[in-house]
Amino acid sequence: MKFRDNLKMSYSGLTTHMSRSVLTILGIVIGITAIIIVMSLGQSAQNLIVGEIQSMGPETIVVLPGKQPKGLSDVGGSIFGDSLKERDFKDLSKKENVPDAVNVGPVVFSQINSSYGSETYDTMILGVSPSMFKTFGLEVNPPGTLFGSNDVNEKSSVVILGNKAQTELFGNSDSIGEKIKIKGKNFKVIGVLIKKGQSSFVNFDDHIIAPYTTVQDLSGLKYFNRIAVTAKSVEAIPSVIKDIELVLRTNHKIDDPKNDDFYIQTQEDLVKSISSITDILTIFLGSVAAISLVVGGIGIMNIMFVSVTERTREIGLRKALGATNKNILVQFLTEAVILTVTGGVIGIIFGTGLTALTVVVLNKFAGINFSFSFPIDGALLGLFVSSAVGFIFGIFPARKASLKSPIEALRYE
Amino acid sequence: MLIETKGLKKIYSIDGSETPAVNGINLEIKEGEFVAIIGPSGSGKSTLLQILGCLDRPTGGEYFFDGKEIEKYSDDELAHLRNKKFGFVFQSFNLLGRLSVLENVELPLIYAGIPELKRREMAVKVIGSVGLSDRVDFETMRLSGGQKQRVAIARALVNEPRIIFADEPTGNLDSKSGEIILEFFEKLHEDGHTIVLVTHETYLAESAERIIYLKDGLIEREEIVNHKSFRENKFSK
Repeated sequence: MKFRDNLKMSYSGLTTHMSRSVLTILGIVIGITAIIIVMSLGQSAQNLIVGEIQSMGPETIVVLPGKQPKGLSDVGGSIFGDSLKERDFKDLSKKENVPDAVNVGPVVFSQINSSYGSETYDTMILGVSPSMFKTFGLEVNPPGTLFGSNDVNEKSSVVILGNKAQTELFGNSDSIGEKIKIKGKNFKVIGVLIKKGQSSFVNFDDHIIAPYTTVQDLSGLKYFNRIAVTAKSVEAIPSVIKDIELVLRTNHKIDDPKNDDFYIQTQEDLVKSISSITDILTIFLGSVAAISLVVGGIGIMNIMFVSVTERTREIGLRKALGATNKNILVQFLTEAVILTVTGGVIGIIFGTGLTALTVVVLNKFAGINFSFSFPIDGALLGLFVSSAVGFIFGIFPARKASLKSPIEALRYE
Repeated sequence: MLIETKGLKKIYSIDGSETPAVNGINLEIKEGEFVAIIGPSGSGKSTLLQILGCLDRPTGGEYFFDGKEIEKYSDDELAHLRNKKFGFVFQSFNLLGRLSVLENVELPLIYAGIPELKRREMAVKVIGSVGLSDRVDFETMRLSGGQKQRVAIARALVNEPRIIFADEPTGNLDSKSGEIILEFFEKLHEDGHTIVLVTHETYLAESAERIIYLKDGLIEREEIVNHKSFRENKFSK
């Protein structure tokens, strides 16, 4: 018997009870849809996060105040901690202290309200040293300029506007040389950033950038929120970390590393921990979705058993006409696999459609730069899993059908 | 000899008690013969037909088809035998109602692995021979009882079998349709087909050449039919 004939026969068996077949595959459709959504959104989220981390360059090490957070409740320490002082920055900048560092720069940030004429804009002001422009890859549109170390030393009232900040305050007019007000003080706009988009968890387009000393003065801060150290190479990172720890422990008079009031993050650490979190989330959500596949599979098995019993006489007849046990087994197994694969294909289409829709919604309304690509891995996995479900849950009913004795099946009422 | 049985037995064991349905039958059927097996309900005639048609296995005795002992055949070999050498006509037609006449008649050819075009050609030809050329694409559930049985006969013939087994083929039909079916069997016999017909109606059995009377699982007697007297009495009731 040819496989094509078998496919035809199974198809005709299924279309006899069309509405039953459609209801039977719903479980598989939902399961595969869920798996596709979880997998492709998980992958997009991971790509987004990893991409942002890597945009700072793999050699960049970030020193944060407070103890290393062990959970969500500890995160406050790294935002409000005040352990990183000017002295630490100065000492870390000294070549003899950290010989393998090529660039050290502090970061402070503060929530502010800025205004120009009647226009106001709530945003974050980021205080950095000129050395950080390179670290973050920041450039301004001509004829604007970046600020220099003089501006840092003199706490100059100069700012560089992010692209969005420029639009919010000035619309389409030129802002260079104009003065904006922050906390009642005037600040001269010296440049507008080239549109950059989200990077390193900071969307520079939204913010205003000023010399760190200016921002400290403005906000009354005497510490830094971050100190970024760039190692000369990825291989030099361990020695740089050691040197940073030595300098900071000496400055903070810490003998026991357990009492550290700072912690160090490399880009690799971040990528690893973020990837492992998204992987765990994907696996966890995927497993939840997989449960619906098992439920769907049991539904298929149930319906196949009903079908085998209902069609006992048909099985007897087919055997009387020359069908072997294998012919019957293959026919019923093919029916189960057609059901699940059809469910799988519909699930892949639904899942892909819903993922695309989610990505569009996230991009448009949440401003998250999610990328969408057809999840080939997910689709192949979906196809494989759905046919496997059909095979696993179809084999018992099909075997039951194949082992029926022709005469007993024919006699069945 | 096409069929030969020696002491053929089929004993059903239900809850420890044994009920013999066929209790030691010695039978010979020659190629081209038209044999009727007749007997009251419970005489074992259908069980005998099922064993001869390899739909069931005997519990004792020997069964030779075309000189070969059937007991040694595997399930697959029996399926192959049913497919290639046997044709079945059942009382309740046993058609797949949702399938067309053509698809029903094609079924044995599908299991024989015959390619689609050849299959269609063979099936259409045999459907024509039972006078249903204008119903080829009809769903069989839309046909009358007599037409259904003609489809079943076409299905039994399509593989050009060595023998046709018919179990009460007119049992579900009105007398007019029954007569048409019977005439088919007579014509098939004239064309040289071997036919084994099971019935409990004497007038049907008399269309055969030889009648085997069964009682309590044993052959009670055999009789050669005088066809002249049969023709005169046929369907007189």
